[in-house]
Amino acid sequence: MVKVALIGAGKMGISHLSILGTHPNVELVGVCDISSLVTDFLSKFSAYPCFSDYHKMIEKTKPEAVFVAVPTRQHYEIIKFLLEKDIHVFAEKPFTLKPEHSYELKQLAQSKSLVNQVGYHNKFMGTFKELKELVNQNLIGDLYHFTGEAYGPVITKKKTGDWRSSPKEGGGCLLDYASHVIDLINDTLSPIVKARGTVLKSIYSEHVDDAVYSILELESGLSGILSVNWSEETYRKMSTSISIFGTKGKIICDATELKVYFKKAPSFKNYTKGWNVKSVVSLEEPVDFYLRGEEYSAQVDYFIDAVQHKELRPVNNFESASKTDQAIYLIRQNQLG
Amino acid sequence: MERILFGDNQFFGVNHASDEKSRAQLMKFKEDDAIIKTLDDAKDLGVNSFMCTTYERVGHICEHMLKHPAKYENYHFYPCMPYAYKYANAVTELGIIGALKHYMPGNFVSSILKGGMAYLSKDYLSIMELLVDAEMKMFKGVSTPVIFLQNVITDLLLGLNAIDVLVAFHEYVQKKYQAEAGFITMNFPRLLEALEQKGITNPIICTSVNVSGFRMSGGKELYEKTLATKQCRVIAMQVFGGGILSPKKAIEYVCSLPNIESILFGASSKGNIASTVNLIQEYDARFAHVLR
Repeated sequence: MVKVALIGAGKMGISHLSILGTHPNVELVGVCDISSLVTDFLSKFSAYPCFSDYHKMIEKTKPEAVFVAVPTRQHYEIIKFLLEKDIHVFAEKPFTLKPEHSYELKQLAQSKSLVNQVGYHNKFMGTFKELKELVNQNLIGDLYHFTGEAYGPVITKKKTGDWRSSPKEGGGCLLDYASHVIDLINDTLSPIVKARGTVLKSIYSEHVDDAVYSILELESGLSGILSVNWSEETYRKMSTSISIFGTKGKIICDATELKVYFKKAPSFKNYTKGWNVKSVVSLEEPVDFYLRGEEYSAQVDYFIDAVQHKELRPVNNFESASKTDQAIYLIRQNQLG
Repeated sequence: MERILFGDNQFFGVNHASDEKSRAQLMKFKEDDAIIKTLDDAKDLGVNSFMCTTYERVGHICEHMLKHPAKYENYHFYPCMPYAYKYANAVTELGIIGALKHYMPGNFVSSILKGGMAYLSKDYLSIMELLVDAEMKMFKGVSTPVIFLQNVITDLLLGLNAIDVLVAFHEYVQKKYQAEAGFITMNFPRLLEALEQKGITNPIICTSVNVSGFRMSGGKELYEKTLATKQCRVIAMQVFGGGILSPKKAIEYVCSLPNIESILFGASSKGNIASTVNLIQEYDARFAHVLR
């Protein structure tokens, strides 16, 4: 059994808590949140030991691993504290607000051989996993262009609100929606090294961007377009997609479907010449407990398994998340000129 | 419950196998009349129950049916609440307290604000009851024999081990609406065990049941064993496994299982509704010996 605690029981934190609550190898030793509305509920109905001060919780409950799901601004301080106490860390995305902070935490976790993971859950989806495999197999020839997109209806009217509307807290479309797409591009294709022609657009929000448009250049030499907008009410929920164009074919991938066009039949799995459509139904691996999507349980299983085996794993580690933070920084700098 | 329940995913752009198809469906069913026409098509084929999420537009459907009482005399709604994205987006935009203020009846909000957080934090079940009432408003006057909790809430509470909230929902809809409670879940065996431990016997549970094992958490074998050995009233959903199965195989599998009281499916055209209804009737006759 792994002794696990959680800091930050908001939307993502509660979801992690529910998944952890059913995990056969997890003992939930504490939950920390500043809202008594949340902690009173959890004390009363779930009988979890609740705290409002994370220092006290760590001291009292001595967890081996902690999930951090507070606003991004607080990540650096909390994660550093946990790593210094030799605690394995799962952090929500984005990792931190400054590339130098992300780098420092990555170094610290590595030097102490502590398991470290960030919640870019798309990489645990069947379709995006298959996309990565197809790209790694080099099946669509020389790549010449890509698009990374995400649309959804988060901010659809003027408002002044919570931390998501404040850039200092880690709010805004670039840090929220776009970070997922940037992370997928970095991981699936090649790290982003330059941003050009960036437009961060405020549509309804006063202080943060609601849309991000940019031309990205990757380490591999490939270039492509980023187009993300969280003020898009024609979408029922967040929809993320990556399209990749090559001399021998083309791939279009989102959370539900992978569509691949091959000019010639490749000798890979059961793919054939022309269009191949694979649905998440055939690509997703089943999980023991389902909440909102297999990928949320899969990423928790992956982390807990790594902690149990005291093994550092490659998917969504602090290193890949700090590259994503670096790319976010490049895009913002490009907009500022 | 009736053997066949008509679902609403196709009307509101929910498609588990394709984001692209879901957007095309949203365009097709833009007007309420298009939804009503499809419900009438299903009704002509003997499907008199509509299991639907509490979208605002469902209120328009209820209004239409109330205006034509003779035509819809034996028609039933099976409301599923809450419409989670409505609340999730509201929480993102307004925060938890802001979202509660937005969706709760006016008097209660002012009273909790007066009473302060202490009052709020002690009375979660009253909040739950008020939210149920808010969602049930649109169904005033129509028949709602079973009221469901959506899987995102059922499963969240199941994972948090807050089973008492599920029990409170069960009791409240019985008391206030003389309806039975239903639970939608992606974790059927685990939920049934948790409910049984709290003394709820033979509950109505709506869950994925399909031959490919899609979204059957814990595994298809465990589902089959649970259906064969436990007491429960199951509504099978996602019987086509997200849309990739051969319809015949899909229906044959579901009809062959015990304890499946109803089958839930949705379709956009009269032809597709008819072929699924026919298949269910055909395989029900073939598996007439199975206990339902």
